[in-house]
Amino acid sequence: MGKNLLAWIDDRFPLTKLWNEHLAEYYAPKNFNFWYFFGSLALLVLVIQIISGIFLTMHYKPDAAEAFASVEYIMRDVPYGWLIRYIHSTGATAFFIVVYLHMLRGLMYGSYKKPRELIWLFGMFIYLALMAEAFMGYLLPWGQMSYWGAQVIISLFGAIPVVGDDLTLWIRGDFVISDATLNRFFALHVIAVPLVLVFLVVAHIIALHEVGSNNPDGVEIKKHKDPVTHIPLDGIPFHPYYTVKDIAGVVVFLFFFATIMFYFPDGGGYFLEHANFIASDPLKTPEHIAPVWYFTPFYAILRAVPDKLMGVGAMFAAIGLLFFMPWIDRCKVKSIRYRSGIYKANLAAFVVSFVVLGWAAMQPVNEVITMTSRVFSVIYFGFFIVLYITSKNEATKPVPDRVTQ
Amino acid sequence: MSTDAVDKDKRRFLTLATSVVGAVGAGFVAVPFLASWMPSERAKNAGAPVEVDISKMVEGQLVTVEWQSKPVWILKRSKETLDNLPKNDDRLRDPHSENTNQQPPYAQNEDRSRKPEISVLVGICTHLGCSPTYRPDIAPADLGDDWLGGFFCPCHSSRFDLAGRVFQGVPAPSNLVVPSHYYVTDTRILIGEDGGAA
Repeated sequence: MGKNLLAWIDDRFPLTKLWNEHLAEYYAPKNFNFWYFFGSLALLVLVIQIISGIFLTMHYKPDAAEAFASVEYIMRDVPYGWLIRYIHSTGATAFFIVVYLHMLRGLMYGSYKKPRELIWLFGMFIYLALMAEAFMGYLLPWGQMSYWGAQVIISLFGAIPVVGDDLTLWIRGDFVISDATLNRFFALHVIAVPLVLVFLVVAHIIALHEVGSNNPDGVEIKKHKDPVTHIPLDGIPFHPYYTVKDIAGVVVFLFFFATIMFYFPDGGGYFLEHANFIASDPLKTPEHIAPVWYFTPFYAILRAVPDKLMGVGAMFAAIGLLFFMPWIDRCKVKSIRYRSGIYKANLAAFVVSFVVLGWAAMQPVNEVITMTSRVFSVIYFGFFIVLYITSKNEATKPVPDRVTQ
Repeated sequence: MSTDAVDKDKRRFLTLATSVVGAVGAGFVAVPFLASWMPSERAKNAGAPVEVDISKMVEGQLVTVEWQSKPVWILKRSKETLDNLPKNDDRLRDPHSENTNQQPPYAQNEDRSRKPEISVLVGICTHLGCSPTYRPDIAPADLGDDWLGGFFCPCHSSRFDLAGRVFQGVPAPSNLVVPSHYYVTDTRILIGEDGGAA
């Protein structure tokens, strides 16, 4: 019965073919380590966000007069509304943790290098869409941080010469952040950006499965295939090997996720900022304003530059430069395992600067913080410059022919 | 079906022409969608002028009113405050309010006001739109010995003096905006209109 049904479907839709191409006969390198959990976890979080988001829209009111109260209503009156909202807010933080680790993996093992440039670019666009999604979602509770955060971010576009002011007016749909802004951000947050995200994730995976996964050794497993079966000698089918491995990752991940969700849903003010429990007030900026943690490194760079246009330019460049990683890094060796000490130190400095900048942006401004932000902004951008200069003729170690265990 | 040989050039031309016409059409269709994001007629009509009674204000007091959903400050300045203003001139980006977008002509003067003791300012930082904090205290620990009172933005630490003039070395590029306003009577200000004296 089951077999006949499957045959009936396969005659009309390539179900078995898709299953084999992407799971049962997709051969991934056998030496995946800890860092390879985060791709599938990102997919899991996307699903969590879509499902919890759909249920939130059933109770939320995208109206400046009602939005704040409707979130309170979800928290207090809707059965399990608090749980659904905390799943969604914890999911936002989880999404960025997972994506940042996933991106770091790409940097460590050179996963952006030929022939995987497009995978990296799709991934960067996913990151960009994710930031837009998070930013617009943060306006919806219509609290003080929602309002003033959006005011600051939209004003960034005002720094663009000539068209800046008209552009901010167009984005807001009003002369200030208002009901019009809230309403359109809701539409973009629940429909437009999620559609773009899903499309990009599909493109990311199709591109990955076309060229095959990289691995911690940065060697191409397709170079050594079984002469008869043409299966890579160092490859194992994604299903069941990596599906089972990823399920183990999911269990551990959900353990952390549930801990945050149930015991620290506001993350001490870093995941849900305290000022956002006050309804928006267009007349009063909160004393201490900082973005949610996942935007803070870029915010610190903005704050470090004492010039409007230059500051905004530096902030966008900090994200934009990452798109060009496949061409900035000219070293042929992919994995950090076989690269020079200079590269290792450079990448370590980059990671440290990212973390320090993220911390600095959460502190109230004073001279020490401003100097710290400036120094580490230079280190952040220095990573790309040093990489471009040193990677051309880097003293690398010999790369093994096959993956090591 | 024709058995003639395919004319590839003609086919390429027709494909190209169709694509161009289609792209132009798509461009036209995009216009209403993009235009729908501009402020609606209702939004444009909002923002009626606001009248404020200043008869009960004391020196150093700052009153915030809402005009076009923006905070507008009315500050009553003392003689000492006004005397202190020129002392800041060397450290300001635009001490003489030469950027005419930031105030009406009648406020393009040393103290940026119609009447020196009353300052009317839009309380939105010209950097990224936060509302700065009123800091009238002289030389507080966090703002330095040369602080003679002014406005400090908590978002990105831009500084303005008590005439809304921006200091050098901060991210804000220009002075705070002085909105259109005029005195209906000696003690009543109307914010949002020039009163024909522009």
